[in-house]
Amino acid sequence: MRLLPLFPELVRQLFREPATNRFPAKYLPPTVTGFLRDVAAGRAQLTPPVPTPPEFRGKISYARDSCIGCGLCTKICPSHAIELLPTKKIRIWVGQCIFCSQCTSICPKSSLSMSAEFLLADEDRYSENLIVE
Amino acid sequence: MAPDEKKAPYTVQIGPVHPALKEPVMFTFEMDGEQVKTVDFAPGQTHRGIEWMGMRRNPVQIVHLTDRICGICGVVHTLSFSLAVEQIAEIQVPERADYIRSILHEFERIQSHLLWAGVAAHELGFDSLLHLTWRVREQAMDVIENLTGNRVNYGIVQVGGVRRDIAPEQHPIIETCLSTYEGLLEKLLNLFLEDRTIAMRCRDCGILTRKDAIELCTVGPTARASGVNVDLRQDYPYAAYGDLDVRAILPEQYIGETHGDVYDRIVVRLLEVGQSCQIIRQCLSEIPAGPITAEEKLAKLLAICKKAQGEAIGRVEAPRGECLHYVRMDGKDSPTAWKVKASSYSNLMSWIPMLKGEQIADIPIIVASIDPCLSCTDRVAVVQDGIRTILTKEHLHRLSVEKTRRLQR
Repeated sequence: MRLLPLFPELVRQLFREPATNRFPAKYLPPTVTGFLRDVAAGRAQLTPPVPTPPEFRGKISYARDSCIGCGLCTKICPSHAIELLPTKKIRIWVGQCIFCSQCTSICPKSSLSMSAEFLLADEDRYSENLIVE
Repeated sequence: MAPDEKKAPYTVQIGPVHPALKEPVMFTFEMDGEQVKTVDFAPGQTHRGIEWMGMRRNPVQIVHLTDRICGICGVVHTLSFSLAVEQIAEIQVPERADYIRSILHEFERIQSHLLWAGVAAHELGFDSLLHLTWRVREQAMDVIENLTGNRVNYGIVQVGGVRRDIAPEQHPIIETCLSTYEGLLEKLLNLFLEDRTIAMRCRDCGILTRKDAIELCTVGPTARASGVNVDLRQDYPYAAYGDLDVRAILPEQYIGETHGDVYDRIVVRLLEVGQSCQIIRQCLSEIPAGPITAEEKLAKLLAICKKAQGEAIGRVEAPRGECLHYVRMDGKDSPTAWKVKASSYSNLMSWIPMLKGEQIADIPIIVASIDPCLSCTDRVAVVQDGIRTILTKEHLHRLSVEKTRRLQR
């Protein structure tokens, strides 16, 4: 039994880089939306996020032209996020999507795929960014 | 009023609901001074209706729903449900899929046990150890992310097999992670078990005797720490465990005696991290080539599941103990009945003998010792002589830290 076996590790830690990636900025900006506006205008710099792993399941992308409207994806979506439109095309409500990528596996025409986009936070779940059709 | 009546036991309530806790429970303690006299608790404070949702979906959809029953045990629930459906539909899972399932299952155990070890350190007021454990846990999470595409909610197990193969170029990534953990385990055992403070707080604290553990049907590390030799992986092998060399880890293998206290639970969980590394290593060397799923075409799989009739139970050894899914299918799209029994359900009753006679400051670590989430100490109302004061989780935590300080003096 020792009193402070962790102590040497703690001292070593003082000279190490932090394990956390400081995304989106090194220090918390006063307003995050203001900071993102600055980034868009080129006045501030974004700390890059941790790279996504191979075959990451991000926001869904839909090739409308090759879709044949079979509706298999609507049958297999666990969260009922896919709607079959009367025009024999589909609409995906990304706000409801759970990113399981099951629809991309069943699609006979490979019209659906998962992109690497993951920054999907929005104030409105019906915003244009969160509806794919 | 007679002086005796003033000393009557007063009641402390903990719970019932905290959003971070899987199973919110309501504790009622009868206290005499600092000592717990009797304990009562009321689970079942949350009902998310997941089973109800499942009965309106087909098995292929439910698999992704089961992923979301628990944030830690993603593979456990999906695997357990798939095992049940595969038995009903008589689907033969390819051997390679079984091995991949076992590998992911063990990685999940590593990250779950490390998460728990961090929480336990935090409850003792040892936050630097919490940060160290959680930093090393990230490596297991990164490997899981690399293999499945997600850190949590993996979505890798599907009825009939798995959805992703482990490519040869991923083997070195797994290998690096395993050798790091094997080197690290010695250090973690040293930091947790050789530390005088942790030994003082955990030794002979929250004792669950072997007899109580058997009578209360505890499962997993909680039972094993009391010396009960149970492990589904050795008793009823599923997935690839029949081919692998798995033996239940008992505390006497490490320290030569069983106390059944919090310290023994730390021993069992940490040793299981090392055991999981060995199992993954064995899986990687023995993994056969072949298909990864019994039915690649999901539309065909749906048709097979639709025809299936019967009932079955899928049992899996989760990081916290046995997890059980009961499924009944009657030749329809969705199952007629689906019941989930998570491992904590069996372990909850062991709180009562554990907490009896312990001090308030020990409640956090004892409650945490069977289950990694201890957020139920969110709000505590102490009613004494009709005056009601609220103890927050922070206050309880401070009490715990103060006790550590006192013992160090």
